[in-house]
Amino acid sequence: MLNKDQIAQRIAKEVQNGQYINLGIGIPTLVANYIPDDLEVVLQSENGLLGIGPFPTEDKIDPDLINAGKQTITMTKGSALFNSAESFAMIRGGHVHLTILGAMEVSESGDIANWKIPGKMVKGMGGAMDLVASAENIIVAMQHCSRDGQSKLLKKCSLPITGIKCVKKVVTDLAVLEVLPEGGFKLLERAPGVTVEEIKSKTEGRLVVEGEIPEMIFD
Amino acid sequence: MINKTIADAKEAVKDVSSGSVLMFGGFGLSGIPENSIKALLEKDINELTCISNNAGVDDFGIGLMLQKKMVKKMISSYVGENAEFERQLLSGELEVELIPQGTLAERVRAGGAGIPAFFTPAGVGTEVADGKELREFDGKLYLLERWLKADFAFVKAWKGDTSGNLIFKGTARNFNPMMAAAGKITIAEVEELVPAGELDPNAIHTPGIYVQRIFQGKDYEKRIEQRTVSKK
Repeated sequence: MLNKDQIAQRIAKEVQNGQYINLGIGIPTLVANYIPDDLEVVLQSENGLLGIGPFPTEDKIDPDLINAGKQTITMTKGSALFNSAESFAMIRGGHVHLTILGAMEVSESGDIANWKIPGKMVKGMGGAMDLVASAENIIVAMQHCSRDGQSKLLKKCSLPITGIKCVKKVVTDLAVLEVLPEGGFKLLERAPGVTVEEIKSKTEGRLVVEGEIPEMIFD
Repeated sequence: MINKTIADAKEAVKDVSSGSVLMFGGFGLSGIPENSIKALLEKDINELTCISNNAGVDDFGIGLMLQKKMVKKMISSYVGENAEFERQLLSGELEVELIPQGTLAERVRAGGAGIPAFFTPAGVGTEVADGKELREFDGKLYLLERWLKADFAFVKAWKGDTSGNLIFKGTARNFNPMMAAAGKITIAEVEELVPAGELDPNAIHTPGIYVQRIFQGKDYEKRIEQRTVSKK
């Protein structure tokens, strides 16, 4: 089983040179720590920045410089600042290549739910609905099962939907899965020590297993 | 140039009355009009509709207006940092319209730009689309969203001049420029107010035409929600 950092580390392998990327709150934010130095990518923060840098040292903290998770950050060389309408224009306009975000549920047709539990929790969708409606590539980072052991990879989402038919890949603590265009989770890789049987038993949606499934490799 | 300078926050909010529709710039607690919010808290008004990306935190920003039960309706995209908000929402005391952040930004932009409605893909297939017109363009579905305008828009800038031109700093810009344009009366508070002519016209983010009142803010707390640091 992977811990959160390892999920982020695995997702970082999906990043390609020259991409503009939006990282969601939580595990997706950790992905930035594992993007290889030889790749030139630009991280977008939907509150108005292209070029998110590392967290600041104590003496460089600036309350006027935060990411979408409200964390204090720095800017990389060549950054650009802009307003929220411009930020979502570049998201909706398809200029952001890759979106990585967390989810409560993903369905086998690529629907995602991550903003509301009726009667219990209402945080709001923030920028997630805009991002999933427009990005060409969407990768979800999440635990395979909820805390009470229920599969989060479902035939159909039970929670209110954030976006339909948008998720391309899911990386969990157990596996890397591709969402097939015709529906279904195609098992690509399993976490070290995790069997295909375990993944099968913990995936409620249609799981497609073809041939030998390799273990993930970490450098 | 037209001089739009007023004395302080108290004067800025003098004609805000119960039932008004208010916009507040800011993302989280970054770039919020701290002085104007404080002045509003001193007033005996309620039944307000507040349009703001977030709802502050329990003890700062718009969160304080919720504590005082001044707000009838919130229009926001993300309110996860505010327990009192969640309580009032789940108990039905507070009316809430949660909308996608990009849709919120564009609805406000449209309000200031005289565009009554536009189509966006955000929210198609979700409960956000309930009751809204759907239309297909080039094989993809979009939904119709309407503009947002306000009786008063409260914005916060880094620098401003007496004719209302504004410059923002860092990610504190966020919703402020669009909200400035979408308010019937826009009130700008700034960290540094200078005479007209002292700001570089090339550097202006928000032209003064959108600003009706401007004042020098004071005692900015600029509270940080998530203080994250690296060691070296």
